[in-house]
Amino acid sequence: MRLVFKQPEKKSIYFRQILIETEHLGLDSVGIVVFISIFMGAVLAIQMAFNLDTPLVPLYTIGYATRQSVVLEFSPTIISLILAGKVGSRISSEIGTMRVTEQIDALEIMGINPATYLIFPKIVAALFFNPILIMISIIVANMGGWLAGSLTGMVPSGEFIYGLKAFFEGYDIFYSLIKSVVFAFLIVSISGYHGYYTKGGALEVGEASTKGVVNSSIAIIIFNLILTNLLLA
Amino acid sequence: MIEAINISKTFGDNKVLDSVSVKFETGRCNLVIGQSGSGKTVLMKCLVGLFEIDEGKVIYGDKVLSRMSFEEMKLVRQEIGMLFQGGALFDSMNVEQNVMFPLAMFTQQSLEERLERANFCLSRVNLENANKLLPSELSGGMKKRVAIARAIAMNPQYLFCDEPNSGLDPHTANVIDNLIQEITEEYDMTTVVNTHDMNSVIEIGDRVSFIHEGKLWWEGNKDTILESDNKELNDFVFATKLTRKLKGL
Repeated sequence: MRLVFKQPEKKSIYFRQILIETEHLGLDSVGIVVFISIFMGAVLAIQMAFNLDTPLVPLYTIGYATRQSVVLEFSPTIISLILAGKVGSRISSEIGTMRVTEQIDALEIMGINPATYLIFPKIVAALFFNPILIMISIIVANMGGWLAGSLTGMVPSGEFIYGLKAFFEGYDIFYSLIKSVVFAFLIVSISGYHGYYTKGGALEVGEASTKGVVNSSIAIIIFNLILTNLLLA
Repeated sequence: MIEAINISKTFGDNKVLDSVSVKFETGRCNLVIGQSGSGKTVLMKCLVGLFEIDEGKVIYGDKVLSRMSFEEMKLVRQEIGMLFQGGALFDSMNVEQNVMFPLAMFTQQSLEERLERANFCLSRVNLENANKLLPSELSGGMKKRVAIARAIAMNPQYLFCDEPNSGLDPHTANVIDNLIQEITEEYDMTTVVNTHDMNSVIEIGDRVSFIHEGKLWWEGNKDTILESDNKELNDFVFATKLTRKLKGL
């Protein structure tokens, strides 16, 4: 980690790298985030409607419960776990392949700090774009829930929308974004570490990729509990 | 000049280099030869600082590599060009971007100036009209030539080549050897070449060091190597039927 945060050789090159990584790690993930979120929201709304099928609970509760589940847990945590698979494996295998094909040695010989050049722009790009992805996920998941409720006739559209707006607290969004930033850092740093210290050949690159995904997923689960305890308890 | 004094390197229980002392002279092709696994690549990686040595020291001119700070090491490395065994070209960049990369990182040149320098280096290695190709679209020989062009882009004082002709046909290997020698003489560089190709030794071996079982076994040049009575060296040099026949063994 100390190596990653050393002074960059030339800031303009690093800035360009950050833009490239924002595209690779962020923009390229929008499609999968939207797809998963819409179905996640729809399933949540249907399950809420199924479990709260009693005249004692008002129908708008389904919209409210869907929103709270999406904002507090599903979007930041589940989407980050998905990104740990998609982005984490990409980072580990890219850097691992560069290690075994001596491209990292070539950078070092040129007088470039490879850890800073390869990992720092990825961390910055993920810290910047992950919260955007989570916001997109929150919006799309709630839309998915509304669509599922309306199309199946389980929750009238007006009731669901009222529930989405009911008892809203901005702190919940803040909590969600804090989680997304921490998870982004965990994904990139852990996957980057496993890629950077790969030794061997193609088999070891595959192992590094697997370790990157598994360990960043475990870290996300553990930090999810820690952050929830710190920020909500 | 580069000088290694009594350098040793151990990996676990395996002593790969054992008190190797060798000098590499400026303006000449200094060849390091030896069987696969003899310690040539480890020696080269110790010389450039990619591996930390356990004992001894490496001296560039009047500077001791092992005593340098991180920042001093970075400055020395800007004087080093290295050709790796597989080329080590950056997969995400095309040929001209690969050659321009060190220039973009360490100079204030404009894009036009960098492009001009890249084109010059590529023409120097006889590789025009390949600027926009990706490394995955290049043959083995082309990759080596691009790697040489990238290595000389910054006008380095020191050039290291790790098995520059491995995997190449004899004709292309010859072209690469001659290119390395021409560049060395033209820019008065200190060039160190790791090889186990005897054609390279005969072609460009101004100075030859034979490494065997991690030790410096023999030193000489392309003229004296064929006359040596060193048994281990002869086993290596005359390992093929053809060379044995030529020697009359």
